[in-house]
Amino acid sequence: MGDEAVALGAVHAGLTAAYAYPGTPATETFEFLLGYSKRHGHPVASWCANEKTAYEQALGVSMVGRRSLVVMKHVGLNVAADPFINSAIVSVHGGLVLAVADDPGMHSSQNEQDSRFYADFARIVCFEPADQQEAYEMTRQAFEVSERYEIPVMLRLVTRLAHSRSIVYAYQEEAEKPLDKARDPASWTLLPSHARGLWRRLLEVQPELVALAEESPHNRLTLSDHDRGLGIITTGIARGYFLENLPELDSSPSHLHIGVYPIPVAKVRALAEQCDRILVLEEGYPLVERQLRGLLPTPLLVQGKESGDVPLAGELTPDAVRQALGLPCRPISVPAVEDLPPRPPQLCPGCPHRDSYNALNEALGDYELSIVNADIGCYTLGAAPPFQAIESCVCMGAAIGMAKGAADAGLHPVVAVIGDSTFLHSGVTPLMDAVAADCDMTLMILDNEAIGMTGAQHTVLSSSRLEPLVLGLGVDPDHCHVVEARPANVQKLADVLRHELEHHGLSVVIPVRECIEHVKRRRKEAKA
Amino acid sequence: MKYDVVLAGVGGQGVLSVGLVLATCARADGFEVKMSEVHGMAQRGGSVNATLRISDAPIHGCLIPQGTADLVLATEPLEALRYASELAPTGTLITSTEPHRNIPDYPPIEDLLRRILALPRAITVEARRLASQAGSTKAVNLVMAGAASSLVPIRPSTFETQIRRVFGTKGDRIVEINLAAFELGREAAQCVAA
Ligand code: SF4
Repeated sequence: MGDEAVALGAVHAGLTAAYAYPGTPATETFEFLLGYSKRHGHPVASWCANEKTAYEQALGVSMVGRRSLVVMKHVGLNVAADPFINSAIVSVHGGLVLAVADDPGMHSSQNEQDSRFYADFARIVCFEPADQQEAYEMTRQAFEVSERYEIPVMLRLVTRLAHSRSIVYAYQEEAEKPLDKARDPASWTLLPSHARGLWRRLLEVQPELVALAEESPHNRLTLSDHDRGLGIITTGIARGYFLENLPELDSSPSHLHIGVYPIPVAKVRALAEQCDRILVLEEGYPLVERQLRGLLPTPLLVQGKESGDVPLAGELTPDAVRQALGLPCRPISVPAVEDLPPRPPQLCPGCPHRDSYNALNEALGDYELSIVNADIGCYTLGAAPPFQAIESCVCMGAAIGMAKGAADAGLHPVVAVIGDSTFLHSGVTPLMDAVAADCDMTLMILDNEAIGMTGAQHTVLSSSRLEPLVLGLGVDPDHCHVVEARPANVQKLADVLRHELEHHGLSVVIPVRECIEHVKRRRKEAKA
Repeated sequence: MKYDVVLAGVGGQGVLSVGLVLATCARADGFEVKMSEVHGMAQRGGSVNATLRISDAPIHGCLIPQGTADLVLATEPLEALRYASELAPTGTLITSTEPHRNIPDYPPIEDLLRRILALPRAITVEARRLASQAGSTKAVNLVMAGAASSLVPIRPSTFETQIRRVFGTKGDRIVEINLAAFELGREAAQCVAA
């Protein structure tokens, strides 16, 4: 799997420690590292409370001269954006690589943002592998580049690479780096007086980064002698879709493939000199296309997502690329069957969230108007029939803040629904706000003792430590209840909720039962 | 030579396991292999599909262009029909006949099977029944792999070697059940195809 190729590449690069928060499609990189670490006693591999804490721990490893890897999904980088952007300014010491997996097509995400923009924004190097073998090799190179230029390096994957399997050939392992603390604390202390100098240093190194991209064998320019009309630029996995269609083109056009950013300007110019028109094929947002196009008209015609030649939303496919290349549609042999009922994902039979939602729906039945702000996890599936129990899902932890806002605005009753892991990820700080204001809302922390959606990983804190944490934040013990979530208990849970909805102040109800997938995982791990 | 398979079913049914059996065997026979998978939200009891590409030349990407699949291999009839349009003009559809009814508006099964059998090349197997005949309903994935085995470009002996290798650690009984399930799937598909 592409995810696993990254993990193996990192291990073979002498990795000391890896940090992550689970998120599709990035989870498997870390699962591989956890397994490896269990078998070999190294590297350090720990699930973290969230992506920001993960990134900061990796920075600490780098500061003492060793190599670290941080793994997250694209939206996780929003959470880790603060340490990420600032880490571009410090003088990274031990190689620091951020492997981030984007999810174009939103197979299991709330958006399809493109992490390459973050790399561009931070002015660092970004590797974008086109296949599993490149994922392995680029991970290893990323560590070297990180140390050579003292910057963090991004490795950008997309779902179709992260979750597809292929053979990877590995080579000679490197030894772990010795402990070697960064000599100059000033290059790690972003006081304005230091930061100005460090920022200038990062700007000064930019031409070197462009030169690295120009010379990289991953950025390959093939000029065609006979076809001077069309030029193609591909990035990452789009190359595969282009090559798949290539045999059907009349002649093979000039082609530049980009696998390392910043954009290799000279190579792009060399391509442009050969052609009247350039078609940009890239997975994600149109990053390269936008830079090529600029604002002012040029004689060169640039085609891609912005121009409408490739769909702007959704995942890139071989068929979309075929169309953009002007190849005729394939004849349809079996027409698509339109009248089939959809089969959306749903909560597992016997899932504890089912009982929680049945109870919540019953308790809210008495009110004409109410609001339920929920969050990200399996329980988001409670938005669909038969439950239709929740009304929002925006980003990790948003449930609590949004509920407080709705209560502040005057609505009653207000319910926030969040899972235990999402609560630990980003729910503790908004709960502090709610405690400070003794906000008139009821928070349900659905404690399934696991991160269900991504494959039932263990949460960072065990379930028994959830209630003391909530009470420690200052929630009134009289309005904090832990109730077992099982079918026989729905009535009891509904009664507790009813009572707390009527309490004009902050209440916390924690329905608890272990996720079914987690039970299975635990048994499997016990056997192994 | 290239052979493209679309795998379809319901999340949690083991669609990926069927693909992995075929991928492992194709690899053992020296082919290039690429397989795409689905994880996360998509696995929770919803409609899922995966792709498996087998070739003797390098494979560029894991996605299969529409209307070019050599085989649609489905563990569930409704999902089989949903992905039938992926088939190439010469492609074959193999599906288990047993419905997985986890939605309120599941169509009548006779209806689904009638439409499936109306396709140019369709093979149906009673995968669960054959698996329990072999000794365990858990072996249903091996029945499906068996059903596909005479179409995919993999040597029959490779399947046996790989099944023995993969399940070897779990004891002889498990190996025998899986081998039996594979054989039953293979025979069932051949009967229909003949
Ligand atoms: S994985 Fe766990 S939490 Fe998610 S739906 Fe299934 S039982 Fe519920």
